[in-house]
Amino acid sequence: MGVNPAPPAGPPDPPPPADLSVPGFISPLQSALPDAVTQVSYWVGDWTMIVATNRLLDVMRHLRTAQEASFDACCDVTATDWPPRAERFDVSYALFSTRHRHRVRVKVRVADSQAVPSVTSVWPSANWLEREVFDMFGIPFDGHPDLRRILMPDEWQGHPQRKDYPLEGPGEMLLENPMDWLRLRYEP
Amino acid sequence: MSLFDTDELVINMGPQHPSTHGVLRVVLRLDGERVVGADVVIGYLHRGIEKLSEHRDWQQIVMLTDRMDYVSAATSNLGYCETVEKLMQIEVPRRARYIRTILSELQRIASHNLWLGTHAMDIGAMTVFLYNFRERELILDLFEEFCGARLTYSSMRIGGLPLDIPSGWARKVSAFCDLFETKIPEYEDLLTHNRIWKERTRNIGVISGADAIAIGLTGPPLRGSGVPRDVRKDEPYAAYDEFDFDVPIGSAGDIYDRYLVRLEEFRQSLRIIRQAIAGLPEGPVVGKVPRLIKPPAGETYHAIESPKGELGFFIVSDGRSNVPYRFRVRPPSFCNLQALPRLIKGHLVADVVAMIGSIDIVLGEVDR
Repeated sequence: MGVNPAPPAGPPDPPPPADLSVPGFISPLQSALPDAVTQVSYWVGDWTMIVATNRLLDVMRHLRTAQEASFDACCDVTATDWPPRAERFDVSYALFSTRHRHRVRVKVRVADSQAVPSVTSVWPSANWLEREVFDMFGIPFDGHPDLRRILMPDEWQGHPQRKDYPLEGPGEMLLENPMDWLRLRYEP
Repeated sequence: MSLFDTDELVINMGPQHPSTHGVLRVVLRLDGERVVGADVVIGYLHRGIEKLSEHRDWQQIVMLTDRMDYVSAATSNLGYCETVEKLMQIEVPRRARYIRTILSELQRIASHNLWLGTHAMDIGAMTVFLYNFRERELILDLFEEFCGARLTYSSMRIGGLPLDIPSGWARKVSAFCDLFETKIPEYEDLLTHNRIWKERTRNIGVISGADAIAIGLTGPPLRGSGVPRDVRKDEPYAAYDEFDFDVPIGSAGDIYDRYLVRLEEFRQSLRIIRQAIAGLPEGPVVGKVPRLIKPPAGETYHAIESPKGELGFFIVSDGRSNVPYRFRVRPPSFCNLQALPRLIKGHLVADVVAMIGSIDIVLGEVDR
């Protein structure tokens, strides 16, 4: 097997090939909100925009309302954990337009316990999806109407989808002494 | 002092309730018989399939996708395999794409059969359940002959299919199509003009098209509100771009329209299967797949139309280990269930079970 390589520090996010035409909604967004989009990437047919966290809501409102974009459906909100990176989480939004039938992925990078502005005011469908990201990764969402755990029990400790969370779960302590395990939550 | 107690009553429905289709708990706030608010509690069936998948190699995950939407395993298999194929840029042979289409449409009929039977039984029409299960059994037999399993099929592989269809199978599928076409009017006779059925379903849980998109509905509940959104048409996958079929839509956006949409989908599915059987090309059923599956580093989102709605997979590969770095499922049942509190607000307690039935959830997929 040899020496384990260092864990990956992020996705490649390759730039689009030069001979590929960029979708029509990207350049109006860049001129309406300069500096909001830090990177545009393309991979196997998917366009991705990486956005500054503090500009996320402006970008999302623009994508929702602008004629040439009109992304009226927020299909998915999820996150990826890249522990070696300082901003360890990628929060990604899969958007779809029922009018133009096109898709885009918007990503923001956040550090541990750094809040992401909630997009529930733009798409109500993000409500449960953001709750799941909060539950599974521990990423708080600013302005979310009802930020609770959704799949794990309310008193659960830790966030299972983080890379440093073991597959077996919290281990023997939960099985042997569940009360002690629960108490940890309230006594730091 | 008022004569009547006007406090809101909080009652708990589930998680062990016969009409919640699994372990779903709904905390209802009631004003008399009217629902003024609802809190949906899920997670009782959470098995951590996303976390598990990040510790299984690429081929083993097919088996886990069976266990998400366990009444329509073939479409979950298809969604996963196509996502990995997209990530690796594998071309799937045309014959495999045709057979995949046939399997998904058979699966859609089986899933809608189960939905119609249980939904009608929730509302009180017991007979339909027996009729639907009679026909669903025939589809399970077809699947058993194809892959040996009746529920958790693992019927696809990355790059194609595990094996070609058995001889005579295509003829049996055609015979099933002819038989099933005569059975759809039986369901319609029982329900479509049934006065009790109409009283229970019309103008209940009405949602407009724009609201339905905003709240994240997909699949038949969205099409019942008049939005012609179908991944099979909008972003064709498998072999759907080679067949003629219509996307049925409703107009009122109530439970009755969602029912009509699904009944019409029976007919459209038969139409697709017949075209696929008639034009089934010869050739291999597995593409050029490397022995060790290791997609290059990158991430992708790919969606298909499962019987419940848009089933999406977001998969990240780090390009060097033989497991996905991140495996995310966008389950249609989860996103559709989110609309439940909005849909039942202002309706009677008895309508809650009709509403849960009309959005067609499978808790194995909601909780994963």
